[in-house]
Amino acid sequence: MSSVRQFCTFHVGPLFLGIEVCLVQEVIRAQAMTRVPLAARAVRGLINLRGQIVTAIDLRERLGMPQAEGDRAPMNVVVCTEDGPVSLLVDDIGDVLEAEDADYEDPPETLDPVSRELIRGVYKLPERLLLVLDTAAALGLEPPAVLPR
Amino acid sequence: MSDMDDIVREFLVESSEGLDTLDRNLVALERKPGDKELMGGIFRAIHTIKGTCGFLGFGTLESVAHVGESLLSDLRDGRKVLTPEITSALLRLVDAVRAMLSDIEVTGADGQQDFSELIELLARLQRSDVAPLAVVAAPAIAEGAAPVGPDAAEARGTQASDSNIRVDVSLLDRLMNLVGELVLARNQILQYTATQDDRGFVATSQRLNLITAELQEGVMRTRMQPIGNLWAKFPRIVRDLALTCRKQIRVEMEGRETELDRTILEAIKDPLTHIIRNAVDHGMELPADRVARGKPAEGCLRLRAYHEGGQVNIAISDDGGGVNAERVQAKALQQGLLTVEQLARLTDREVVNLIFAPGFSTVERVSHISGRGVGMDVVKTNIEKIGGTVDVHSVPGEGTTLRIKIPLTLAIIPALNVSSAGDRFAIPQVSLLELVRLDGNEARRKIEMVHGAPVYRLRGRLLPLVSLEHLLGLEPGFWGAPGRPHEVVNIVVLQADEQAFGLVVDDINDTEEIVVKPLGRQLKGISAFAGATIMGDGRVALILDVLGLALKAGVASDRGKHRATEPVAGPRSTEAGERHTLLLFQLGLERRVAIPLSTVARLEELPRSAVERVGAHRVVQYRGRLLPLLRLAELLGETGVAEERDPIPVVVCHHEGRDLGLVVENILDIVEERLTIHRREQEGAIFGTAVIQGKVTDLLDARAVLDGADVFLFAGTQANESQLAGAWP
Repeated sequence: MSSVRQFCTFHVGPLFLGIEVCLVQEVIRAQAMTRVPLAARAVRGLINLRGQIVTAIDLRERLGMPQAEGDRAPMNVVVCTEDGPVSLLVDDIGDVLEAEDADYEDPPETLDPVSRELIRGVYKLPERLLLVLDTAAALGLEPPAVLPR
Repeated sequence: MSDMDDIVREFLVESSEGLDTLDRNLVALERKPGDKELMGGIFRAIHTIKGTCGFLGFGTLESVAHVGESLLSDLRDGRKVLTPEITSALLRLVDAVRAMLSDIEVTGADGQQDFSELIELLARLQRSDVAPLAVVAAPAIAEGAAPVGPDAAEARGTQASDSNIRVDVSLLDRLMNLVGELVLARNQILQYTATQDDRGFVATSQRLNLITAELQEGVMRTRMQPIGNLWAKFPRIVRDLALTCRKQIRVEMEGRETELDRTILEAIKDPLTHIIRNAVDHGMELPADRVARGKPAEGCLRLRAYHEGGQVNIAISDDGGGVNAERVQAKALQQGLLTVEQLARLTDREVVNLIFAPGFSTVERVSHISGRGVGMDVVKTNIEKIGGTVDVHSVPGEGTTLRIKIPLTLAIIPALNVSSAGDRFAIPQVSLLELVRLDGNEARRKIEMVHGAPVYRLRGRLLPLVSLEHLLGLEPGFWGAPGRPHEVVNIVVLQADEQAFGLVVDDINDTEEIVVKPLGRQLKGISAFAGATIMGDGRVALILDVLGLALKAGVASDRGKHRATEPVAGPRSTEAGERHTLLLFQLGLERRVAIPLSTVARLEELPRSAVERVGAHRVVQYRGRLLPLLRLAELLGETGVAEERDPIPVVVCHHEGRDLGLVVENILDIVEERLTIHRREQEGAIFGTAVIQGKVTDLLDARAVLDGADVFLFAGTQANESQLAGAWP
C-alpha cells in the first residue's frame, strides 16, 4: 500500500522540479523587486507580498545555472518556513501532480554536486521524471555556497 | 478638594484591582492551605485597604476590614487553620468591601448597609477553636460560597474604577501591527493623492492622514509604560546588594514618569539591572574608604530619565571611586584587547569605554554579584540591539555616569528617504544630524580628496565622506573618481557612535513615517541594513543601519571597530601596522608632526588680535568659552621657531569635556596610512616616529600633551558640561 503525494511543479532551466503542496503558500506572478546590495548572489531581492516583506531566492542561481535568456519575468513560488514566507524564483509553473511513494528513488549518483545538494529525490512519473526540491537546502545560503558561473 | 478626589479615585482603582486578586488568591489558598506567600499577599491586601480607608475616614469599611485582618493574622501565624467556612467568610468580606467601594464611588461615603452580621461572623470564627475539619467543612461550602456569585457581579457593573481595563499585551501588539499597515496604506494613498485633482478625494485623504496619525499616536500610547515600573525593584536590589557588600547606598530617582514602549522597557530591564549591580559592587567604595576620601559614608546612586529629541535618555550615576583608567589599560593589554600603540592613541574617554569591550573585566575577584563573565559588552550589545547607545563617563575619585540613549519606540519611526544608483533607502532620523547640498563648483572646491579619502570641511571640522553607492557596491568604480562629473553632491551628515560622517547619496527625497520590518534569515548577516519597509508606492526599501555602515566604511572609532565581530587579539594586530587616520602639521621650519584625527575636534584659523592673556597663559574667546592656547613648538623644544603667522593655525583638541588649542606652524594634510612606528624612549610628548608621505614624521602623544596641559585647562567650564558635550559629536 503506497501513499500518494501532491506536488506543485515548476521548471528551472531544463529541470522539472516539484515541492510538496503543503509547503507552498501560493504562486504569484513576477513582482516589483527591490535588490539587496551586499547580499548573497542567489538573493534576487525583496518583494511586497500584501504588506509582508518576502525575500526572493533565485533558483537558477542556486542550481548553478546561467540567467534565463530573453526578458521573461520569473514566477514566485512562495513557500512557508519557520521564519515566514520566502519566495523561490522559477522559470515557469507546471500543474499540481500526484506521485506515488512506490515510484520514488534517490537522486542518481551522477548528478552534479551543486544540484545534488538541493535535490532530495526523483519520482518516476509515467511521462517524465519529477525532481523533488529540498526547500530547506534551497533557502539556506550556507556552504556549500553558490558557485560562481 | 480635587486632590482628595484624586486620592479617593486612586484608592478605588487600586482596591478593586486588589480585590480581584484577593478573590483568586483566597481560592488558590483553599487548595494550598500551607502557602505562606499567598497568605502573606492576602493579608497585605486587606491590611492596605484597612489602612487607607482609615486614613480617608471611611469608618464602616475600616471596621469590616479590621475584623477580617485579625482573622487573617491568626491564620497567617498558624493560630488557626483555614477551613472552607473561613474562606467563605473571607470571600464575603471581599464582596462587602467591594459593595462599599461602589457606594463610595457613587455617593462619596461608605454606605448605610449593615455589615454587623458579617463582622459578627468573622469575629466568631476568630474566637472559636479550630473545629474538626471534616465535620464543618461540607455544609459550610454550600452555605457560605453560594451568595458570593451574582450580587457581586452586578454591584461591579457600573464602577467608574472600571475606566481602567486590563488588555492582553498580544492584542496591543496586534493592534500596533495593524496600525503599521494602516500607516503604509495611508502613505500609499497620499502619494496617489498627489497626482489627483478631485478635491473631494484630496480632502478625504487629508482627513485619513490626520486620523491615521492620531490613531497611531493613540495606539502607541497604549503600549507606553513609565520607566518607574522598571525602577521600582531597584531600591530593593541595591539594598540587598549593599548589605552583602557592607556598603551604605541610597537610591535617588528622577523622571520616574518617563514613558517608554513596553518592548523597549522589557529589553533594557536586564542591562539596567546589570549596570546597577555593577555600580554597587564595583563602583561604590566601602564606607570607611569613602570617609577617608572626605565623602559621606553613604554613597548615592542616581537614576535619571528624560525625553530628549525623540529619544529617551537614562543616566545612572554613582559617586563612587570612578573607573580606574590605568587599570583598564593594563587589563586591556593583559587580555590582548589592544596593543600598546592602539592604547596610546585612545583618549581617556575612550579608555574608560573599553569596559564595553567583549570579555573585559577589571575585577580580579569574581564576586557572586557581578563579574561572572557576562560583562558590560552584553549590556552594550543589548542596548544597541534596540537602536540605542551607551556611553560611560568617569572622573576618578568622584564617580561614574553611564548614559543610555534609546528610541521611544521600535515599530514606527520617522525616516529620511534617499536614493543611490536608482535604489531607495530609508535612514532613521535619530541618526541624522543635517543635510548638505553642494553644487558642482562648490563640490569641486570644497571636497578635498586626501589620499583617496574624501573629506568635507563642515564649519571648520573635517567630515569624512563615504559614498553609499560605493559602500553598498551598487556600481563599480569609486565615487569621485576622475571622469565622473558630479553636478550636485548631496551629503547626509550622520551620527554613528561618537563619530559624525557624511554619506553621499544621489538624491535626498522626503521624510516619512516608516514601519520597520525585519529582514529574512538569508539577509540577517548584512550589517549595513537594519530592516526593510514598504514605501508609499508599495515598493520595498531597505532601512540603513547607520552604525553598521560606519563600521563598514571604517569611520567609526577604533573602539567601535574592535567591538565588531572579529576577535580583537587575532591576526589583525600582528599585521605590520594598521591604517591610521592622522592629521599632519608642520612645526617650526620643517618639523613634521602627526596626531590621530580622532583627537582633533576642529581646525581653526584665529586672528592674532583675538589672542588675550590670562596670567601667563594665552587664551582666545572661542564659541562662548575660553580656549587656552599652547604653542606646540615651545613644548617640543623646537628651536627654529618661525614668526607666528596671522591668522594663527590652531588645532583644537578635545579632552574630557575641555578644549585645548595647539598652535602650529602650518596644517599640512590628513592621511590614512599603514604605519610602521619606530618607537623610542618617550621624549616629552613624542612617542615615536614613522615615515609618512615619504618623510620622517614625529607622532605626537596627544594624551600626554593634554594631560600635561591639564593644569591650566579651565576647570570652571566643566560646570557647563552639557553645553560642552553638545559641541562634541
